[in-house]
Amino acid sequence: MTDKSVQYGISAMQKTVESAQASALLAIKETADLTAVKLLTAELNKKDSGLNALKSDLGKLTSVDDKRTMGQLLNSAMLSINTALQARTAELEALEISTRVAKEAMDLSEFVTRRRRGHSHIVTQATQRLEDVFVGLGFQIAEGPEVETDFYNFEALNMPKSHPARSEFDTMFLEYGEPGSILLRTHTSPVQIRVMQTWQPPIYAIMPGRVFRRDTPDATHMPVFHQIEGLVIDRGITFAHLAGTIEAFTKAFFGSEFTSRLRPSFFPFTEPSAEFDIRRADGEWIELGGCGMVHPNVLISGGINPEEFSGFAFGFGIDRMAKERHNLEDIREMYTNDLRFLRQF
Amino acid sequence: MKILNSWLNEFGAFGTDTEKLAAAMTNLGLAVESVTSVGTPVKGVVVAKVLRTERHPDAAKVHRVYVDAGDGVELHVWCGAFNMKPGDLIPLATLGTTMPDGRVITARGILGIDSHGMLCSGSEIGLDADAEGILILPMNLKLGADVFTELGVSADTVFDLDVTRNRPDCNGYLGVARDLGANLGVKVSGPALDKTKKGAARSLRVAISDKEKCPRYNATVMSGVVVTNSPAWIARRLTNSGMRPINNVVDASNLVMLELNQPTHAFDADKIANAFKIRRAREKETLITLDGQKRELVSTDLLICDGKDMPIGLAGVMGGQSTEISSTTRVVALETAFFESSGIAATATRLGLRSEASLRFERGVDPHGVDDAVSRFAALLRESCPKLVVHAKGTDIKEKTLPPKQQVVALRIAQVNRVLGTKLSAKAVSTLLAKIGFTTKATSTGKVVSLKIVVPSWRPDCQSEIDLVEEVARHVGYENLGKIVPQSTMHGRLSPMQQRRREIREVIVGLGVSEAMPNPFLAPGDLLKTGLSEDLAIRLANPLVFEESVLRTSLRPGLLKAINYNLSHRNSNIGLFEIGHVYPARQDQSTGELPDEYESLCIVAAGVNSEVAMDWWSQLSATMGFGAQLDQKSVESGFHSTRSASLRRGKQLLGCVGEIDPLVLARHDINVSVACLELNLSVLLNEIPKVSTAKSVSRFPRSDFDLAFSLPQHEPASSLLKVLRQASGPELVDILLFDIYRAPGVDQDSSSGTRSLTFRIQLQAKDRTLTDAEVSTARQRCIDAATKLGAQFRTV
Repeated sequence: MTDKSVQYGISAMQKTVESAQASALLAIKETADLTAVKLLTAELNKKDSGLNALKSDLGKLTSVDDKRTMGQLLNSAMLSINTALQARTAELEALEISTRVAKEAMDLSEFVTRRRRGHSHIVTQATQRLEDVFVGLGFQIAEGPEVETDFYNFEALNMPKSHPARSEFDTMFLEYGEPGSILLRTHTSPVQIRVMQTWQPPIYAIMPGRVFRRDTPDATHMPVFHQIEGLVIDRGITFAHLAGTIEAFTKAFFGSEFTSRLRPSFFPFTEPSAEFDIRRADGEWIELGGCGMVHPNVLISGGINPEEFSGFAFGFGIDRMAKERHNLEDIREMYTNDLRFLRQF
Repeated sequence: MKILNSWLNEFGAFGTDTEKLAAAMTNLGLAVESVTSVGTPVKGVVVAKVLRTERHPDAAKVHRVYVDAGDGVELHVWCGAFNMKPGDLIPLATLGTTMPDGRVITARGILGIDSHGMLCSGSEIGLDADAEGILILPMNLKLGADVFTELGVSADTVFDLDVTRNRPDCNGYLGVARDLGANLGVKVSGPALDKTKKGAARSLRVAISDKEKCPRYNATVMSGVVVTNSPAWIARRLTNSGMRPINNVVDASNLVMLELNQPTHAFDADKIANAFKIRRAREKETLITLDGQKRELVSTDLLICDGKDMPIGLAGVMGGQSTEISSTTRVVALETAFFESSGIAATATRLGLRSEASLRFERGVDPHGVDDAVSRFAALLRESCPKLVVHAKGTDIKEKTLPPKQQVVALRIAQVNRVLGTKLSAKAVSTLLAKIGFTTKATSTGKVVSLKIVVPSWRPDCQSEIDLVEEVARHVGYENLGKIVPQSTMHGRLSPMQQRRREIREVIVGLGVSEAMPNPFLAPGDLLKTGLSEDLAIRLANPLVFEESVLRTSLRPGLLKAINYNLSHRNSNIGLFEIGHVYPARQDQSTGELPDEYESLCIVAAGVNSEVAMDWWSQLSATMGFGAQLDQKSVESGFHSTRSASLRRGKQLLGCVGEIDPLVLARHDINVSVACLELNLSVLLNEIPKVSTAKSVSRFPRSDFDLAFSLPQHEPASSLLKVLRQASGPELVDILLFDIYRAPGVDQDSSSGTRSLTFRIQLQAKDRTLTDAEVSTARQRCIDAATKLGAQFRTV
C-alpha cells in the first residue's frame, strides 16, 4: 500500500464516519417511542454496527497521527450519538408521563370527606381559653365536687346558717343525708375552701366548673351553668394585686385595647368587695364579675392565719363569655345538643 | 332605691350634674342601674275628665273613651287601658302634641273612627315610671289646663340604685347623701324636723312580750289630723319613687321611710283600744293585712295587737286592715319601732310578702333613729294638717336588747395598709372615716397603732375591723389603690390529670364526634328507661320541675335523648360525647358525707355498630395508655347483651363498650343501632402511664407468614390471638388479624357455625436474620397451639 492509498484510505474512512454519524442521528431523531429508542440503542451498540466496525478498522492504519485523528473522530461521533440517544430518551419519557398525566385527570371536587373531626362545646372552648390565660399568669387549676355540703358552700364562706345572703343563692337541695345539708353547689367558691385546706400557701389557683341555681331558664340564665373562680393567697397580697390581676387578665383575654375597673360591692366571702367591669375600645363598660379581698373568716375556715397571709378572689360566668364571643342571642341554644349548632364552632 | 335629684338636693347642694353624681355613686358602691329623666313638660297635654266609656264590638283590645277637656265639648278617644272610670281626671295629649318619644298625635283612629287625641300613662309623658294604665290625676286640678303646670312639675332625674346588703343606710336619702357628701365635699344636713310637742300628755300602754324580736317600740299620738290627698309634690315624689300615693297620713309615713330608712306605721288611734301589745302570733292565728289578704300565721311571726289582744299588724311587714287610716280618722297613733331583722325576713319570706318596710327591717335600720323619724313625720303631716297636735309623753320602750348607740371597733392602721396596699397615717384614716360619721374615740400609739372607732348606729353592718377597712377603701376610692400584678412564685400549669383530660378530648374530637352538654337532671323513670337502676339515684328536694328532679347516675340517658333529638331533626352522622360528673349515692353512707360523685365519659353514635365503638376504645386505650380486659360475658345493663363487653381490671369495672340494648333504643324512639363507649375517667385519667423506654429498631429483615384457621363461633378471636402470641416466640413483632370470612349462611349468632380467621405473624430478631428453619418452627408452634384450642388449620 502506498502512502497515497493510505491517505486516500483515511479520507474515505472519515467520510464513512461522517455519513454513519449523520444517519444514526437522523434515525434517533425519527424514533417514535421509547421502545424504538431502545431498539435503536441496541442496534447502534452492536459490535458490527457501522461505527463499531470502523473502530476495529483503526488497527489497519499505520500512521500514529492517522490513528489519533481517526480515533478522535470516531469518539466524538459516538459521543454525539450517545448524547442524542439520551436526549431523545429523556424527551420521550417526559412525553410519555405528560400523556399519562393528561389521561389520569381527576376532578377533586368529586371528593367529599365523610370523616370529619368533631367539635368541642363552646363552653369547653371558653374554659380552656380562660385556663390558658391564667396558667400564663402563674395559676394552677383546682377542681371540686359539684354536690357539696352546706359547710363548704355557705358556712365556710362566712355565711353561717340563717345568714340573710343565703336566700339570694336560690339553692337546690338534695334528698340525701340530713335534710338541707347536701346541695348542688351554687358557685365554685367551695373549691376555695378545699384548696386552702389541702394546698399550702402560696396559692395561685383558678377553679372552673359547673354550678347550679334554682333559676327558671331564659335567654340569659340557665339553672345549670359554669363559673370560673380565682384565688390568690400569699404573704403581702393587697387590693392593688387584685386590681392588677384583673387588669392583666382583661388585657390577656380580651385584648390590649381593653381595660378594667373595680367598684365597691358586697359579697359575704370577700371584704373589701368589688364588681369588676371591663371597658371596650369604644368606651362601653361591661359588667363581668365579682371579686374582693378574701374575708378573714374565710381564711380561718380554710385553716389559714389571716394575720400571716392575705389574699383575693374573683369569679365570673363562663357561659356568658362563650355567648358574647359567638354573638349568641339565647344561651339556651348552647344546651340543645343540636349538631347543627355544635358543628358551627 | 330610687333617688330623685331634686329631693337629694334638699340634703345638700349636690347640683344637677347627673353624670357626675351617677359616677360618684358608682364609685362608692351604690351601683346606678339607670338614670331616667322625668317631668320634662310635654306641651299640649291637658287635664281632661272622663265622661263615659264604651266598648266597640270589633275592637277587643281597645275601648272608646269620651272626655271633656274643659270646654264642655265631648271628645272621642280610643284607649288601650281600662283603668279609668267616669269622673276621673286624666292627661289628654291633644292633636298635634309631640310626645317625648317623638310621636306626633294625629286624629287617625281605628276602624275608620277618629281619635281626638291620646290618653297618657305617667311614663308616656315622663311624669313617673308607671306604664300600667292611664295616669289618674288628683281631683283638684283645673279642667283643660296644662297638666305639668297644674301639677307644678319640673324636670327631674331619677337614679335607680342597686343597694347592696351591707349598706342598709342607703335605703334612705340621708344615707346616700351622707356618703355622697363625704365623697364630693358637700355639707349634708338631715330633713326639717318638728319637735314641738304641744299637746296634752297622751300615753298609750305598750307591752312587749318578745324583747328579742322587738327591742324598741315608740307609740306617739297625734291629733288634729284631717285625712286628705297629699299635696301634689308629695304625691309626685312617691310616684317617682315607685310608690302609690294613698293619703296624707300614709304618704307622710312613706316619705319618712324613704328619707330616713325608718319605717313607721300610722294606726287610727280610735281603733286600737288604747294599747299596743307586741307578741308572737299563735299557730294558725289570722290577720287581714292592708292589701286585703287573710294571712295565716305561725308562732315565729311577730304581731302588733290592740288593747284587746286582737292582731292589728304584722310587725315590720304590713299593717292590718281593721286599723287602717280612713277618711274618718282624726287621731293617729304612730308606731316607730326597731324589729330584729332575721325574724322579719323569715316572716316576709314565708308569706311571700316583701314590703318596703320589711325590706328595710331585714337589712337593718338605725335603732336610734326613732326620735327623728317621729319628728319628721310630724313635720310632713303638718303640711296638710295645720292643726296637727303632737301629744307629749308618747311611749318609747327601749329594751336591753336594743343595740347600743356606740359600738366601738378597733382598727389597726397596719391592717388597713396591709390589706389595701396603702401608706395611710392614723390621722388620714381617722379623717376619712369621720366624714361618714365614724368618729375616733381614741388612738393608741406604741407598737401597734390602733384607732378606737365609734361606728354610727345607722351602720349595723360594720362590726369588725375588716368592715372598717372596706369603708376606708371606698372613701380613698378603689381607683386610687393602684394596680400591681403579683409575682406568682408558683409556676402555672395544668395538673397531669388535667393535661390528660385535654388530650383525651382531642382524641375523641378526632374520632369525629362532637361534645354535648345534656342536662344533669333527669325525669323520674329516665334511668329505668335506659336500663339502669334508680336505687342509687338522688332526688332533688326542691326541683324546678318534676321532669328535672333526679340527679343522673350515668351520662347515657342524656346522650340518648340528644340522639333522639338529632334524629328527629334529621341531622346526619350523629356522634356525640360528654365528659361530665355523675352523682350516684354512696352504697355505704357511713364512708362519707357526699355522694359517690365521679367523672364519666360517654361516646355515642347513631346508625353504627359495636365495631365503631371498639375502634373508639382501641384508639383511646392506645393513645391514652388505658388498660383493661374486654369481658363479653358480663355486660352492663342497658347495653346490647351480645354485642357489648365490659372493660374490667380484675373486679374493678372501668367501663363498657358496644351497642345500646335495642329495648332501650325502642323506649327512646331510636330506630337505628347506637354504638356506645362509657368509661370512668376519675379512675383512668388519674393513672399516669409510665414513660416508655426507647427500644432500638432491628437492622435485620422481617419474616412474615400468614395462617388461617376455622374457629367455632363461640370461641372469641381474642383467645386465638392470645395463644398465637404465646406460641410465636420471642421474635414476635406483631400479629394482625386481617381477614375474617364467614361462609354464606353462617351468621354471627349461630353458636354452631365457624368462621375463618387469617392472621399475619411478623417475626424479627434484633441481632440476625432469622433462618427459614427458625421461621418454620415458629409457624408449626403456632399451628399446634391453635389446634389445641380447637381451631382448625386451613392452608392459605
